[in-house]
Amino acid sequence: MAPLLEARAVNVVYQPAGGAPVHAVRDVSLTLAQGEFVGLVGESGCGKSTLGYALTRLLQPPAHLTGGQIRFDGVDLAGLDGEALRRQRRNGIAMVLQSGMNALNPVRTIGAHLRDIMRAHSREGESVSRDAVRRRGEELLAAVRLEPEVLGRYPHELSGGMRQRVSIALALSLDPKLIVFDEPTTALDVIVQGAVMQTIKDLQRERGFTAILISHDLGVVLEATSRIMVMYAGRIVEDQPSGDLLTGRHHPYTEALLGCYADPRADVVELGGIPGTPPDLSVEQPGCAFTPRCPFAVDTCAHVVPPLAGLGAGRAACHVRAPEQGREQVGA
Amino acid sequence: MPESPPVHPPEVPPLQVDALTKVFQSRGRHRGKVTAVDDVTFTVEPGAAVGLVGASGSGKSTIAKLVTASERPTSGAISFGDVRVDRLRRRSLREFHSRVQMVFQDPYGALNPLHTAEYTLSRPLQNFLGLSAGEARARVHDLLETVGLTPTAQYAAKLPHQLSGGQRQRVVIARALACEPQLIVADEPVSMLDVSLRAGVLRLLESLRRERGLSLLYITHDLLSARVVTDQILVMSQGRIVERGETLQVLQHPQHDYTVALLDAVAAPTADSA
Repeated sequence: MAPLLEARAVNVVYQPAGGAPVHAVRDVSLTLAQGEFVGLVGESGCGKSTLGYALTRLLQPPAHLTGGQIRFDGVDLAGLDGEALRRQRRNGIAMVLQSGMNALNPVRTIGAHLRDIMRAHSREGESVSRDAVRRRGEELLAAVRLEPEVLGRYPHELSGGMRQRVSIALALSLDPKLIVFDEPTTALDVIVQGAVMQTIKDLQRERGFTAILISHDLGVVLEATSRIMVMYAGRIVEDQPSGDLLTGRHHPYTEALLGCYADPRADVVELGGIPGTPPDLSVEQPGCAFTPRCPFAVDTCAHVVPPLAGLGAGRAACHVRAPEQGREQVGA
Repeated sequence: MPESPPVHPPEVPPLQVDALTKVFQSRGRHRGKVTAVDDVTFTVEPGAAVGLVGASGSGKSTIAKLVTASERPTSGAISFGDVRVDRLRRRSLREFHSRVQMVFQDPYGALNPLHTAEYTLSRPLQNFLGLSAGEARARVHDLLETVGLTPTAQYAAKLPHQLSGGQRQRVVIARALACEPQLIVADEPVSMLDVSLRAGVLRLLESLRRERGLSLLYITHDLLSARVVTDQILVMSQGRIVERGETLQVLQHPQHDYTVALLDAVAAPTADSA
């Protein structure tokens, strides 16, 4: 089966007026199969949300897609604009945002939000009756574990968790093939977080859409997804099946991230951190951006950007852990 | 140079909270009462680190405000040694604030964007300790060193936007330490930081407490960080303490359903969860 999404050498640059350009996404290539649930993790400012916006062509100035191909369902989104892009998105892409629950119009009911979406995207000659909206609304609300009467409610009458469920229901309304979840539970209370995440997992399994979960929280991503991509300084540095991440050798950054978590119930808790700070993306890095914080760095690391090469069941971009075949000739 | 006057009694007193209740009265169309803190009693012994854990809306931040005298209780008493915190006025309130300092959740909002780290840190030194501008400047460098922002000369001149979240939070902690407090109330001090930076800030809080013998009231929803910095925890739900005990004991053998739910909500990527 052809992949649903195939991105090649995607680059995004923020060009603020009068400021230094920030190269936020650097040569990212990735392939998503139909029905995959993939996690995208990394520290703040690593480019994970920017990549999510690039893949859905939702970037706003000063961010610009400066290169690459984004083939979605056989069509290169990077080459589309205006109505053609809108039509292509309507055919299959939706996004759930971190503060999506606050994006609801305070003076309109939940049902009115749904009606707007259905009308705006109705196909030629298709009528959207009040009755159709109600039936569809009840079905969608049931899917996100909300009662049907929520359709008649206003956003302020709902809790944060309920509003985030509503924004998930709205994302589902056009039966998308791909949903990008950008920190969907970060703004919610811990206990509510777990429940909303469970609903997202169940929906993905029941409906079979392809999903990208963007999060800073490796714990949440590990529990939900089947495959994880770790980003650092605008690049994907590791791509592994989720089940393999907790065992074996990985990119030193991935290992360091895992070391930041521990079970609070354990007899001995040793909490690791990562020394130093993430790099400034307005400066071009000649080699691996993790070099200054990496305990295993060798000479090559500072000079040559490591490509994603085979490591275990997946790939990693590291000269030490995943040396590319025949790299000796390429070396600095 | 004259020695700066001793500002506090040398002994750290216990913080005693007794039957504390805070009711908020909402006005307007949706008139109603919210009991944010409901009959809460606990003690922070000198030099102890007590964690106040619970989900949003459980009343933990309200307790932080009551303990630091930013809000007044509806009923109940708060004592810090022989000072009745809930009855403080003006001058004595000011003196109290030099003994109890707060570290806030949002290091982005807690610093004035127009002031350098040096200016931010020199204010409490001049206001509370009465140091001259020159003396304060020298002390600023000690503070920056204490929180690990070295070389200090470089960090002293930085504005908040030139610092990362973790570095900002270190400045906030340095400011809290400036007037040599006896109790630090830290309200979710690491929840807005990247996981990679949390360990460093938590270790800093822990070592400061051990070296200076000050007490810590640590407020969080994150049981892992509570495990790292506290000896005892109080689990709060809907304004009440539903479970309390030694941190390890409570986490390993939770008695209350709510504690179990909180523990289950922590998705820790550990080998047995995969």
